Amino acid sequence: MIDRTSSLHGAHAASHETAHGDLPTYLTGFALSLALTALSFGAVMSGWIPHGMILPAITVLALVQLIVQLVFFLHLGASREQRSNTVILTLTVLLVVVIVGGSLWVMHNANENMMPQQMTPAAAMAHE
Amino acid sequence: MNISAAASPGAHAPSHGHDRHGHDHGHDDGASRTVYGFWLYLMSDCLIFASVFATFGVLAGSYAGGPTGKDLFDLPYVGVETLLLLVSSFTFGLATLGMHAGKKAQVVAWLVVTFLFGLGFIGMEVHEFAHLIGEGAGPDRSAFLSAYFTLVGTHGLHVTVGLIWLAVMIHQTWRFGLDGVVRRRIACLSLFWHFLDLIWICVFTFVYLRGVL
Repeated sequence: MIDRTSSLHGAHAASHETAHGDLPTYLTGFALSLALTALSFGAVMSGWIPHGMILPAITVLALVQLIVQLVFFLHLGASREQRSNTVILTLTVLLVVVIVGGSLWVMHNANENMMPQQMTPAAAMAHE
Repeated sequence: MNISAAASPGAHAPSHGHDRHGHDHGHDDGASRTVYGFWLYLMSDCLIFASVFATFGVLAGSYAGGPTGKDLFDLPYVGVETLLLLVSSFTFGLATLGMHAGKKAQVVAWLVVTFLFGLGFIGMEVHEFAHLIGEGAGPDRSAFLSAYFTLVGTHGLHVTVGLIWLAVMIHQTWRFGLDGVVRRRIACLSLFWHFLDLIWICVFTFVYLRGVL
């Protein structure tokens, strides 16, 4: 009984180090998230960036921050105990891209091809 | 369910043979399987958010002659909301560290701090919604605003459920100590809370920041 308990303690401690991170990990993740959030808001509010570049810039910053938080807060990665979680996340990301990208693409085309140009709500109601 | 857990308040007391949730099966197989199952739930939740984001993306320009994001959104206000949620995510991380160090008081303290920051976030969001509706920019004004309230409201509901869960876990940690069951539940709540911060990154980027461009 005692042996089994101590071996469980060992497994316990080992899994903590790999899957739960430590204070420097959380501090790094927090600092990076703060910096990336500040850059995103700064890009929109300061006017330093050319207007056409703002949307790509904040999209990239959001993607980087998502990865930062997945790694530093959720401890995802390629380690053995995290691998199955990461695989499911990858599949989910694929589904998200299909759902969001597909919806935007299809509806954009529908709007382009089917909506009369410059139609206001008032004009649309007058058609009925 | 927690009666057996209460019988073994020490975090590392797996010697109770009758404790079905104990470390014998609980921590190595059961607990990791539970957390894995909870991760599966989160990924399906992620698909709900993807659908709501897709809807918002399609309707983001359908103002019906009403106010646009540029007219409505107050970026410094959203910045403070973002900061509250981000700090709460970090303080939950500190609670997790306390849990692995086996320090019950530290876990309770950081969970309370997390709860307060989360409550501040929800308070600001409710205030923002009330302000918008008061200005005549409620969800019935345009398709853009319907999609906005659905998306941000769905996230807010999740955070509210997270707050209730936090309150329950503060109580359970205080009452039962850091036993296997409480640890497992805090591990799931930790995933949930960090996940909501991930969703919020997408919300402030693609709803608020993009909305004022």
